[in-house]
Amino acid sequence: MKIIVCVKQVPDTKEIRIDPEKGTMIRKGVPSIINPDDRHALEYALSLKDQDSNTEVVVLSMGPKQAKNALIECLCMGADQAILLSDSAFSGADTWATANTLAAAVRKLMPFDLILCGQQAIDGDTAQVGPQLAERLAIPQVTYTRAIQLEDHAIVVERQMEDGYEVVKAALPALITATRKLNTPRYMNIRDIVKIHQMDDPVQIWDLNYLKLDPDQTGLKGSPTRVKRSFSPTPSSEVTFLTGSTEEMVSSLLDALKNLNLIGK
Amino acid sequence: MEFSLNPTQMMIQQMARKFALNEVKPTAADTDETAVFPWENVKKMQRYGLMGMNMPVEVGGAGTDDISYVIAVEELSKVCATTGVILSAHNSLFCDPLLKFGTPEQQEHYLRPAASGKKLGAFALTEPNAGTDAASQVTRAVKVEKGYRLNGTKIFITNAGEADYYVIFAMTDASKGTRGISAFILEKGWEGFTFGRVEEKMGIHGSSTRELVFRDVFVPQENLLGQEGEGFKIAMVTLDGGRIGIAAQAVGIAQGALDETIAYIKQREQFKRPISQFQAVQFMIADMQTQTSAARLLTYQAADAKTRGLPYSDLAAMAKLFASETAGFVTNKAVQLHGGYGYTREYPVERMMRDAKITEIYEGTSEVQRMVISSHAIG
Ligand SMILES: Cc1cc2nc3c(=O)[nH]c(=O)nc-3n(C[C@H](O)[C@H](O)[C@@H](O)COP(=O)(O)OP(=O)(O)OC[C@H]3O[C@@H](n4cnc5c(N)ncnc54)[C@H](O)[C@@H]3O)c2cc1C
Ligand SMILES: Cc1cc2nc3c(=O)[nH]c(=O)nc-3n(C[C@H](O)[C@H](O)[C@H](O)COP(=O)(O)OP(=O)(O)OC[C@H]3O[C@@H](n4cnc5c(N)ncnc54)[C@H](O)[C@@H]3O)c2cc1C
Repeated sequence: MKIIVCVKQVPDTKEIRIDPEKGTMIRKGVPSIINPDDRHALEYALSLKDQDSNTEVVVLSMGPKQAKNALIECLCMGADQAILLSDSAFSGADTWATANTLAAAVRKLMPFDLILCGQQAIDGDTAQVGPQLAERLAIPQVTYTRAIQLEDHAIVVERQMEDGYEVVKAALPALITATRKLNTPRYMNIRDIVKIHQMDDPVQIWDLNYLKLDPDQTGLKGSPTRVKRSFSPTPSSEVTFLTGSTEEMVSSLLDALKNLNLIGK
Repeated sequence: MEFSLNPTQMMIQQMARKFALNEVKPTAADTDETAVFPWENVKKMQRYGLMGMNMPVEVGGAGTDDISYVIAVEELSKVCATTGVILSAHNSLFCDPLLKFGTPEQQEHYLRPAASGKKLGAFALTEPNAGTDAASQVTRAVKVEKGYRLNGTKIFITNAGEADYYVIFAMTDASKGTRGISAFILEKGWEGFTFGRVEEKMGIHGSSTRELVFRDVFVPQENLLGQEGEGFKIAMVTLDGGRIGIAAQAVGIAQGALDETIAYIKQREQFKRPISQFQAVQFMIADMQTQTSAARLLTYQAADAKTRGLPYSDLAAMAKLFASETAGFVTNKAVQLHGGYGYTREYPVERMMRDAKITEIYEGTSEVQRMVISSHAIG
């Protein structure tokens, strides 16, 4: 079985600071991490490999050269092969162009049985790349996965809904997007850390040429999205926090509501 | 000279730190309270390649250098000194002598399972009347057909009862003094080999410290480690390496206490301001930080020399002496800076202060380290 896991390197949003003047994220000095949902996607793939050593796990990422580090970490967790799609032509991609580029790489990796993505990236946050990738490849997709059962040439997936869950069966090859409920990701293994660091090039780099992609289909050029303006929303009303004991807070609340004529005096 | 970690060491630090914070820290207080050997965490350490990490890949280890191993012991000991010493005893006191002195058969049979995290090891030298004076061994191994018959007791043995395999020392020829001591590999469960008294200790509560009892234990010839009479040398060489692990444990305890203290003084307010704003407090932190960093550098230096195959006996002794006394100093100040709260079990620094003390005692007391260091210096 061949499994492709799409992994995005993202800034650790726990450490994010916003430039007060430009209103944009300060990326400098912010540590980069594997997108948290993608760890759960990888863990599922690795758990299948634990059960069947013939399983091959390929991790795939599009990003700048430094995204190599995220892929090395995946290899140290037990992935077999890592591919970084990196080319100046890929930069500035929106989800459409990202999915195009990833799809071109997946076609080079055919045949495969399963593609796993995270549900969403903590920086872009759109949750679109997985579904778009499945559409490009014309394969079934199941999003918001919280549990998976593997069957012969099919998967049965529990989809997390707001008020319950759905059970969906899909034929393989298919794409699923993983939620944090799916599993607990493993740590890197010391044995793999040593082994991977002894290799000259543990991560393969694929560029535009190699993918034979039309430059108009990737990067900024291939992105129909135009960001018109980005801003931090200003709070539209004032908030007063009530403090004190429960009794005090309740009586202040009653007073406030009375003063606003929302309840009778 | 390079004063930064290489990419492998950095990644091992990242892994060990995350593992320690997520898996070990949450259970550390409970391990101390219940004094139960933390098997669940040890199994995870086996799974992730920590147990036996600095053994070569050819014998089943992960093949790291000794600085990486020191980093792992340090990260674990920052949150739980018990877990740190379990790793140190296994890697340094059991695996290392098998790597250095074991036959290919012994390495296949005992080292591979230990280095690949399937079995746990221990090392037994100390006896009721042979502590610092380790040469006055009373445990006897008498030559019999196809092997030896062992009688005697060992005390204060780390991982005892929990470990599967033991490197033990016994007198094979009392007339030869230190040259009459030999080393053997024993397996838990062998007839006549039992475990006695469990020590109740000041600190490292979850670490097992127990008596070994040998009553006519038959040890096959192939389980003699090294040559007959080579035991004392094996013990001393092994302890040289073990001291690097204990130094790392001490650095970890000190750093852990320092981290807790810095967080505490920033939020504890007296006289309407955080106590971190008092210069007397700041200067104490400066001393704690400086000594901890110096201890770490000495420890890395000894580990680096060991990996490079250079002499490290005195370097290891200096690292262990300085790091263990630093752990004592820093944890004491950590409790001081926590005030009355620091003396309670509500905060981890109380446990850290109790845990720190042992690093000045086992694998050679501070007095022994000073003897080793001065004999190298004076000649
Ligand atoms: C502030 C901001 C606003 C943006 N606004 C828009 C917008 O409005 N419209 C738009 O189309 N784009 C937008 N983008 C760009 C877009 O988010 C990213 O460029 C796109 O590549 C990835 O989308 P995502 O981060 O939302 O990922 P998601 O779709 O949330 O990611 C889901 C999963 O897809 C996979 N994946 C995503 N990216 C990669 C990758 N590079 N390599 C491998 N796998 C990957 C991962 O498995 C991930 O968990 C914005 C970016 C930012 C930072
Ligand atoms: C928790 C714990 C775990 C241990 N784990 C192990 C283990 O796994 N394997 C093992 O073999 N042993 C182990 N030990 C034993 C440990 O190594 C010894 O306790 C230590 O070496 C000291 O020996 P002792 O207790 O007999 O003290 P003693 O030798 O009686 O020393 C008492 C004091 O006298 C001082 N002293 C002794 N001789 C001299 C001298 N010539 N000059 C100056 N001062 C001197 C010592 O420094 C010390 O301060 C462990 C002990 C403990 C407490």
